[in-house]
Amino acid sequence: MGNRQEILLTGAGGQGLILASIILAHAAVNDNKNVVQTQSYGPEARGGASMAGVIIDIDTIEYPKVVNPTVLLCMNQASFNKYLPKLKRVGECIVIVDSTFVSGPFREEYKVQSYPITKVAKEKVGKEVVANMLALGVVNAAAGLLDRDIFRESIFELAPKGSGEINQKAFDIGYSLYEQGSGQDTNQSAQTPQ
Amino acid sequence: MPETKPVLMQGNEACAEGAISAGVRFYAGYPITPSTEVAERMAVRLPDIGGVFIQMEDEIASMAAVIGASIGGMRTLTATSGPGFSLKQENIGYAIMAEIPCVIVNVQRMGPSTGVPTAPSQGDVMQARWGTHGDHPVIVFSPASVYETYYLTVAAVNLSQKLRQPIILLLDEVIGHMREKVTIPKGSKLMVEKASDKVPADWKPYDDKGLTPLVPFGFGHYYHVTGLFHDQYGFPTGDPQQVERSLDRIHEKLEKYRDEVALTNYIGHKEPRVVIVTYGCTVRSARAVVKKAYWNNRQPVGLLSLQTLWPFPDKEVQEIAKKADVVIVPEMNMGQIIGEVERHVKGEAEVIPLNRYDGEMISPEQISDIMGRWLS
Amino acid sequence: MPHIWCPGCGNGIVTAALVRAIERADYDQRDVVIVSGIGCSSRAAGYLNFNTLHTTHGRALAFATGLKMARPELKLFVIMGDGDCSAIGGNHFIHSARRNIDLNAIVVNNHIYGMTGGQHSPLTPIGKKATTAPRGTLEREFNLLELARGAGATFGARGNAAQPRQLEQLITRGANHKGFSIVEALSPCPIAYGRRNKLGGPVDMMKELKENSISTERAAGKEESELKGKTITGVIFNYDEPEYAAEYYHSIGKDIPVKSSG
Repeated sequence: MGNRQEILLTGAGGQGLILASIILAHAAVNDNKNVVQTQSYGPEARGGASMAGVIIDIDTIEYPKVVNPTVLLCMNQASFNKYLPKLKRVGECIVIVDSTFVSGPFREEYKVQSYPITKVAKEKVGKEVVANMLALGVVNAAAGLLDRDIFRESIFELAPKGSGEINQKAFDIGYSLYEQGSGQDTNQSAQTPQ
Repeated sequence: MPETKPVLMQGNEACAEGAISAGVRFYAGYPITPSTEVAERMAVRLPDIGGVFIQMEDEIASMAAVIGASIGGMRTLTATSGPGFSLKQENIGYAIMAEIPCVIVNVQRMGPSTGVPTAPSQGDVMQARWGTHGDHPVIVFSPASVYETYYLTVAAVNLSQKLRQPIILLLDEVIGHMREKVTIPKGSKLMVEKASDKVPADWKPYDDKGLTPLVPFGFGHYYHVTGLFHDQYGFPTGDPQQVERSLDRIHEKLEKYRDEVALTNYIGHKEPRVVIVTYGCTVRSARAVVKKAYWNNRQPVGLLSLQTLWPFPDKEVQEIAKKADVVIVPEMNMGQIIGEVERHVKGEAEVIPLNRYDGEMISPEQISDIMGRWLS
Repeated sequence: MPHIWCPGCGNGIVTAALVRAIERADYDQRDVVIVSGIGCSSRAAGYLNFNTLHTTHGRALAFATGLKMARPELKLFVIMGDGDCSAIGGNHFIHSARRNIDLNAIVVNNHIYGMTGGQHSPLTPIGKKATTAPRGTLEREFNLLELARGAGATFGARGNAAQPRQLEQLITRGANHKGFSIVEALSPCPIAYGRRNKLGGPVDMMKELKENSISTERAAGKEESELKGKTITGVIFNYDEPEYAAEYYHSIGKDIPVKSSG
């Protein structure tokens, strides 16, 4: 496997995970990597389950689907329940959850990292919708996928007009959230999953 | 050729961009998953470059409008998926018969009927061949990547003009929806000559001597266009000799340009024992396996990927089957192109199916399992 | 000139009226396109020395929409039969009307599918016989012009093969109208419709067409009872609304050439 990174972004429809996966893939292109982005499509535009996969590699990517994640992000309880047990590389895959919506159980062997992503987005940026960019900050900080500056620039390029800076800010907060360490917020009870 | 910097692009978007690069300025369509992004991209792009985008009342009308615009001299494209492709068949037949260029994109989803709208499939291979009635020639391309989607769309537009033949692009949901890194060649070097009214005075739209360029309506060359069997000027005929000549005519041009049309790609061992023959997104899984087996482990295996499904690349398949003991044909359907493979392998090698029709891609493991069995 | 039409058929008269109307409108031959569907009347396209497009059954307006959008300077006349236009082509008909695209539809209404030998169409009057309605059809017929008006067409007129001068004028007015225009041309089919419904021979059918018609001018101010059984001919509606192709080209900042560039 070597350089191959398989990232799975999961959560509820409307949390912006598809856009996050596109921005991640776009950033990978800017960082001179090969990349393939896929997503699962449901008939509903909001609610329901949302899943996007991004494969980043130095080599050419043939099979485009994520089969063996190296990074798993779960933004709600349902996706955590669904995707965690499917992991093949238990303990090796970086698992990041949004403690705003995911309350566990965090079994030790999975080494789950938990951050109050949406809660912080609301409190520090004042906008819940940037939780996806905040999550990307946490993910990139934790997994070291891409160059941070290139990633920041890529966010600016793809963010809806006028929202580039606020999205970059959320990304940076994701970094500091990661640096503060996992589990700062897990004693609080999670909100109802979306 | 100068190149732009690499970008992230979706297969459906690459199809739209390829069409625009090749001079398509008219799109008529009807919304259907998983092809809608082609229409959405065209709706944004075409008005900016003086083109026409129109959402028609149904798939039949979309196909008709595209033919109408082609007769007006525009390069045209329409995109759909299985259920819509079924509806388009009537006028696809018309375009073949009347020799009107146009490109039809079918981003395949699981059928029959409404099926699973968002699940990939390769179930329309035979419909693309025989979907419209009567003995007719077809050209069908099937890309395996976002870049190939771009490239084959350009090729389809140009060949369609040159041969005055509708061309079908058979994508699948995986290729249509996935995004990957692509580098698009800059400029419109890809375009062939524009349609023109500069033709000899004795120009005939359906010249008995062979292929002539289409002179669009409104340039003072008066002729008739019909789905009926017709004479050199396009007027209906029931004369048995003329009828036979007419049918031969539309087939002959494909035979003549066969090598330009039948596109394949081989990777692997020069003297393979096991060869995989496949197309579309399944090429991705097969290539992962063959690269590992041949490049890393020097095993006697190969992959013949078919960019062109119809006319079937018979010579290429025959050639490779003569060397191999086994030909494996993975398809995301219950077995469609395999019949054609068998027909042309003619017993020179054992032909083994690998079918999957649960709405998921065939995995590299499935292919390596079956390949391993024949190698040991 | 050899053609497929039966003796007593109105198609030739309607076609001739169309040709005279094109001459009257003073169009350049190269700017005119005749589009047609499938059926007896649609064969007219093949008999005319223009760029002519004989399409598939019911789809003439959809082909014409594509051509008009690609080449908005062309003058398109779309000949259809009653079944062609209102049954299999019904969807294209209402949507062409809704867009108000500048196409000139001429619907030759003989109340029957003639080419296939006399089956009932959506314009066969209730109670009339057809091979597929041997006891008389139970289906109600469309009022084609009201259907067009309801769908958004901006010009609707009715004429008939027995009064070709009036028909010619109506087609001319339709051609000069900017937007979707429809001229319904009532036309006799003595073979597939008249015979089965005991309407007499070609001459009787022509006579009846003429006698049963009343122009909009003469009908004005008449009581409903006086108009019973009469067919009103003339311009039935005429509105001024934005035309689709012009609106589209305006929206993309492109001019439409007055005449074909060729």
